[in-house]
Amino acid sequence: MAIQENSYQMMAKKVVKEHQKQKWFQLQLLLKRKAACLSLIILVLTVLAAVFAPWVAPYPEQGQGVLNIENRLQPPSSASLLGTDIYGRDMLSRVIYGARISLFGSACIVFFAALIGVPLGLWAGYNEGISGAVISRVVELFLSFPSTLSAIAISIIVGVGWPTAIIALIIPWWPWYTRLVQGEALSIKRMLYIEAAQMLGYGKIYIIFRHILPNVMTPVIVMILLDLGPAIIAIGLLSFLGLGTQPPMADWGLMVWEGAPNILSEWWISIVPGGAMFMVVIAFNIFGDALKDILGSNR
Amino acid sequence: MNKPLIKLEQINTWFPDNKPVFGKPTSWIKAVNDVSLNIIEGECLGLVGESGCGKSTMGRTILRLAPLYSGKIKFMGDDISKSDDKGLKPYRAKMQMVFQDPKASLNPKMTIFKILSEATALNLRVAKENYLEQAVKLLDLVDLRPEHIYRYPHEFSGGQQQRICVARALATDPKFIVFDEATSALDVSVQAQVINLMKDLQNKLDLTYLFISHDLSIMEHVCSRVAVMYAGQIIEVQDSGSLFDTPRHPYTKALKNAVPIADPESGKELGILKGEVPKLSDPPSGCHFHPRCDYKENICVEKSPKVRKTGKNSQVKCHFHEELWKRGVLRYT
Ligand SMILES: Nc1ncnc2c1ncn2[C@@H]1O[C@H](COP(=O)(O)OP(=O)(O)OP(=O)(O)O)[C@@H](O)[C@H]1O
Ligand SMILES: [Mg+2]
Repeated sequence: MAIQENSYQMMAKKVVKEHQKQKWFQLQLLLKRKAACLSLIILVLTVLAAVFAPWVAPYPEQGQGVLNIENRLQPPSSASLLGTDIYGRDMLSRVIYGARISLFGSACIVFFAALIGVPLGLWAGYNEGISGAVISRVVELFLSFPSTLSAIAISIIVGVGWPTAIIALIIPWWPWYTRLVQGEALSIKRMLYIEAAQMLGYGKIYIIFRHILPNVMTPVIVMILLDLGPAIIAIGLLSFLGLGTQPPMADWGLMVWEGAPNILSEWWISIVPGGAMFMVVIAFNIFGDALKDILGSNR
Repeated sequence: MNKPLIKLEQINTWFPDNKPVFGKPTSWIKAVNDVSLNIIEGECLGLVGESGCGKSTMGRTILRLAPLYSGKIKFMGDDISKSDDKGLKPYRAKMQMVFQDPKASLNPKMTIFKILSEATALNLRVAKENYLEQAVKLLDLVDLRPEHIYRYPHEFSGGQQQRICVARALATDPKFIVFDEATSALDVSVQAQVINLMKDLQNKLDLTYLFISHDLSIMEHVCSRVAVMYAGQIIEVQDSGSLFDTPRHPYTKALKNAVPIADPESGKELGILKGEVPKLSDPPSGCHFHPRCDYKENICVEKSPKVRKTGKNSQVKCHFHEELWKRGVLRYT
């Protein structure tokens, strides 16, 4: 008997070693895809540029909005690689500083939307009783209004500025997560492994977070990645309407609108932030899709 | 041995058929209807019956996973029919279940180690730092390679997945396990392996089984005693050796005589009986089997037969069982 117990211990040790070797496998799969890899690089570089803007931007003070009127509307040159805007500010610096609000804002919106929406969806999916029904009705109510219109209305009521714009966007955004998760939770709830956990005497909260949540994480993560792009655009829209980011600060969306009147002659003013936005949105999309494939194959 | 491990006293499991907004439902699906039965320590009790007659529900009721409408369940002498989740905690480890679909009974996002640890947590004799060792031991017990402990369920074949489910059931150190058609989703060759494993484990670990199945031939091979269920009621119990040779209830005979046809969709062997399967929400009056019975009399339509003992561990629920026995019409020749 003693000998057998010992051999179980040795086997256990061997098993742990094997496992550590396999851990990198999924990451490798992701890195093997060229497009996903390129997207990841673009996203990482953009985030780094935004975080270290004061060191990366060639003219940090212009990036923050200080005017430079004598150099207005300069086309791209060696002095300012991406040209200057109507107030003569260096476009490259502006775009790098704009990334701060655009990226941080969209991350905030999506993060908090998921943080509110996912637990509510889990609860509503697992409890089909009154509390679940109430959550469903509230979600339906929110989704019956166009999200953008409600965000505009909330923004007007709460006040202007980019922090309030973010809040105004979170409020109509979270119900999408609730709806996604509720449907998934409802079908997972009927799986036998939930009954097996109940059979072991585990409670509601444990089952929701240990069994149901991991099984809805894949669609949630994919939705988060795919939502980051639209969130950048949504902040830009509010800013354009004067409700979001206030000049002289700018996010990418606002910069596109600022350049719009001169689009035919001084095209770079719109194209530079628009291009940045396009690139990042596409990168999030490609990365999200790749992740969906890889995580999905685990099912 | 020979003591009852589980005593069921007139248990009922009813599901609401319609859900009014206020008040009680007016119609019920009586999936388990007034069942009294003892499960004896160390035995393998078979439970057989047509699809939808309430076999799974009965298994789940004993484990208190399905809502008990009325009646008493005694486990090792303790009445667990009134206990809430907290009161059931000490009994959860002692009673486990293995389901028909092994793939659906394993969380796809959990490694085998996690799945087994979750169950081992109920076994108070194993300390937390020994979970890995215990998991390795459990896999060894069900003839799986311990190297695969960090794999996910989808990396295993159906037979292996079912072994993992058996290992999970064993992790809590149970006394009683319900196998709910645990082998019917598997290939025939794999089926035999899993069944042999079950029998070995029963001997090795002194387990008591409730074995639910469609397949009469497996039943005769595995079980020591068989209970026959019809429309939510147990209509006959006998030793497996004698049940199908000398049945005492007309339904048991019909079940044996029914031509088994292979159902290509589920791979199950289904016996086809003449007549309609009764609706559980509105079963026939009197003896539920009377519309399909060759020997019915007026009393069968009017009165529900009492359960009568025919031996130490056998019972039958038929008005005319003595007469039919004397006439010998049910004997299988
Ligand atoms: N949770 C539930 N809610 C409502 N009705 C249920 C529930 N569980 C089972 N039933 C009903 O109870 C009846 C018996 O079902 P059960 O699964 O116990 O039958 P079974 O004998 O195991 O059938 P099978 O051989 O097909 O597995 C069915 O009519 C089913 O619809
Ligand atoms: Mg069943």
